[in-house]
Amino acid sequence: MAIEEQNKKNKFIDPDLEKREILSPDGEIIKIDPMKDYFCDAKPKVHEPANKVIEKFLNWSRANSLWVLAFGTGCGSIEIPSLMTSRFDANRFGVQMRPTPRQSSVFIISGYLAVKTLKRVIRSYEQMQEPRYVVALGSCTVNGGMYYDSYNTINRLDYYIPVDVYVAGCMPRPEAMLAGFNKLKERIKAGRAEGANEYAEKFDWYKANQKKIIKDWNMPDYNW
Amino acid sequence: MEQILQDIGKQFKITDIVKKRDNLNFITCEKEQTISLITYLRDIKGFSHFVLLSVVDWIEDGVFQLVYFLNNPDKKIDIGIRTMISRENATMTSAHHLWEQIATYQRELKEMYGIDFPGSPRVDESFILEGWDDIPPMRREFDTKKYSEENFFPREGRETNDPEEYMKKKLYPDEEK
Repeated sequence: MAIEEQNKKNKFIDPDLEKREILSPDGEIIKIDPMKDYFCDAKPKVHEPANKVIEKFLNWSRANSLWVLAFGTGCGSIEIPSLMTSRFDANRFGVQMRPTPRQSSVFIISGYLAVKTLKRVIRSYEQMQEPRYVVALGSCTVNGGMYYDSYNTINRLDYYIPVDVYVAGCMPRPEAMLAGFNKLKERIKAGRAEGANEYAEKFDWYKANQKKIIKDWNMPDYNW
Repeated sequence: MEQILQDIGKQFKITDIVKKRDNLNFITCEKEQTISLITYLRDIKGFSHFVLLSVVDWIEDGVFQLVYFLNNPDKKIDIGIRTMISRENATMTSAHHLWEQIATYQRELKEMYGIDFPGSPRVDESFILEGWDDIPPMRREFDTKKYSEENFFPREGRETNDPEEYMKKKLYPDEEK
């Protein structure tokens, strides 16, 4: 009986999102509701470039320093260590890994995405600074690949977050990934990598698709 | 091994013994006696290592076959204890008090097959599938392709070939079917 009660108590609630009282630095006790206080509830906005000449320069500089979020979602994440180390050395191309979403501008979706992972991916993607780009690896992100009939992996990534470059293969080798990065650079320089704006424009559609498959949505609607 | 099987036969009702190798046997016993048989093997016969708990879905017979796999590290022998439980309202006595890690297996079986283990720690929490609201996905009546097509926006233009037909056509194009 004791264990059954414990089971009820243990029902998973994210402890970071619970209402609680905390001691402020002034010694005052304040009540906080993280779902309201820690997250902005405004929808994302489309950012139009102020000046086209300056935007062109900005795009050039963005393209030459791609900071990648170190988030491996599937089998393809095993290619990333060899991509970054001496043999392929993506640092030559201005690509480097960053540990947190706030510092990075490129999100590599490396392979199949389970619904559980997609939830974390959306959360990380929304926390990234704009402009942000998505590189999708492998056939799993294109049409589901060999997991097309799985009950737990998504088929098309572009229904959930906007994708800039697909690198086909199962899995793509590091050379293919380097080619993908060069393609992404071309797109950014040409001003065509507008994933963040696209996300803001079609926000309701993306949100509806996401909520269709993530059935226990126990995080804020907007994660920035 | 022979001696152990004889000893088990004296105390428990064993319906079937399958000998795979000299050091690997599978025995089938009744649902009610399973936990006491495992306890007996662990405490008296030295099967101190719990390897895995698995399940087979025999949808034609309407039963789940649970397999508790034990290992005796001193004598280097393995034994699998099979037990049949009904698919309708599948419930089994929990064995988490014998080895702690069984609780995790039971949690997974609850989620993937819908087999309940009352009293097992955290058995009702979601394990891998968060917020699953369909029938448990590893049950054989669950149509995973249909579920995927309904939920995950399949992309147009996907082709599949029957491997046998395709290779026949490719390797022996002159041969008639």
